[in-house]
Amino acid sequence: MVARVIVGAHYGWKDWLAQRATAVVMALYTLLLLGIALYQGGIDHATWTALFAHPAFRIATMLFGLALFWHAWIGMRDIWMDYVKPVALRLTLEVLTVIVLVAYAAWLAEVLWGLAR
Amino acid sequence: MAGSLLSKPISGVPMSDSGLRGDLSRRPRPVYLDLVRIRQPVPAIISILHRLSGALLFLIGIPLLLYALQQSLASPEAYAALQGNLGRPIVKLMLLGLVWAYLHHFCAGLRFLLLDLHIGTALKPARQSSFAVLVVSLALTAIIGARLW
Repeated sequence: MVARVIVGAHYGWKDWLAQRATAVVMALYTLLLLGIALYQGGIDHATWTALFAHPAFRIATMLFGLALFWHAWIGMRDIWMDYVKPVALRLTLEVLTVIVLVAYAAWLAEVLWGLAR
Repeated sequence: MAGSLLSKPISGVPMSDSGLRGDLSRRPRPVYLDLVRIRQPVPAIISILHRLSGALLFLIGIPLLLYALQQSLASPEAYAALQGNLGRPIVKLMLLGLVWAYLHHFCAGLRFLLLDLHIGTALKPARQSSFAVLVVSLALTAIIGARLW
């Protein structure tokens, strides 16, 4: 009889691709921010708030954030999978990672579009 | 991950055909791979530092980044207070560590992307590029550190 090991179905290549796609998004945003800082000759409070007053920059920042959180999920899950062998502990850490990252996404949205400002 | 090849223990039991190989099997062979004792090639060091820096960025970098973004946009006073807090020597030192983590993760990630595109996969260029990642990210960290102080 064939020993059946449950390993999920084909999510590996999607995560592999997502990890790289999100990396490219983050790299482009990093270069964009660096370019703006160099173009402005440094950033102070006025230029910083003016930058975030642009809806397009807020959207680009949200895009960067979502890429970051998705990327962090794949990387952290890989780390938990490789080094944490007890299933209960690994599952707990994975669930905590997801909860924290979703909360971070909400926090970023709050900062960018929050009513508190 | 490039380092995952090392995670599989190699059995010390002689292979069944070792008698046929005579001289070869008599030489002392490593019977296990102790990650601390074996000399790691630079690409392996790059790989594990990529993980380490990624974990660091997740655990400290992301919450700090979000907090700093929130404070920086809250008000001119909060912006100034944030600058003051980030200017403290102990915080600067921690920031420098995170700057290195970001730069290393960035450079090593770029190298992995190129390897995925089958660029520089031969042994020699792979070693050279891993050395470049180590040097460039440390040099950029030093430059930013010099500007911070």
